[in-house]
Amino acid sequence: MSDDPRDEIVEHLPALRAFALSLTRNGALADDMVQDSLVKAWTKIDSYQPGTNMRAWLFTILRNTYYSNRRKAGREVADVDGIHTASLSEKPAHDGRLQMNDFHIAFAKLNDEQREALILVGASGFSYEEAAEMCGVAIGTIKSRTNRARARLAELMHLDMDDALEMTDGATLAVISGNRTASVG
Amino acid sequence: MAQDRNKARQSQVIDDNLKRVYQDMLEQKVPDRFLDLLSQLKGQQDDENHGDSK
Repeated sequence: MSDDPRDEIVEHLPALRAFALSLTRNGALADDMVQDSLVKAWTKIDSYQPGTNMRAWLFTILRNTYYSNRRKAGREVADVDGIHTASLSEKPAHDGRLQMNDFHIAFAKLNDEQREALILVGASGFSYEEAAEMCGVAIGTIKSRTNRARARLAELMHLDMDDALEMTDGATLAVISGNRTASVG
Repeated sequence: MAQDRNKARQSQVIDDNLKRVYQDMLEQKVPDRFLDLLSQLKGQQDDENHGDSK
């Protein structure tokens, strides 16, 4: 038995990669970021307080790596998979399960901060407080980012369900039905 | 309000999809390069510890 907290890092690898993939939407880039983050985490273990949430600590290192790379690279990270420009074509199935591809496309259209907030709170199970601390912003900021992210996703995925359908305005319908033929293929 | 109910349902659908996507990512096999990297880092550290044992 060792009490080196670094021995725990390996347990968080799948989550770290999932988080990196959600931020970058690009497998190669995500893995490079995970690699950088692991080296940083290893060498800066002194900044980790034993007993606190190691996953949150690792995620913080990873997101800092991502945003600092983004600053260096200029505003927009390369759209290697062409996902930004792809379009959604299908409405969700009746049970609300979307075509996987459509969800990925919609998700990729969120801005980094919204996507990050949604992944931390909506998928990884962090509290608003934890997410706020990890992102270095106020709790209210995280709440409004997740709300805006959900609203944007709902819009992109045409989640106008049941009685909301009658509230759908002409513009939305035009987006759903109109010129959606290009780009794939 | 129907609108509120609908909004709650939208959030539910979105979070369900989100969790599904995230779960898929979590279940991906971790590439060996990361395990190799960790054991390499650990090896370096052990060497250092041995180096200055007093």
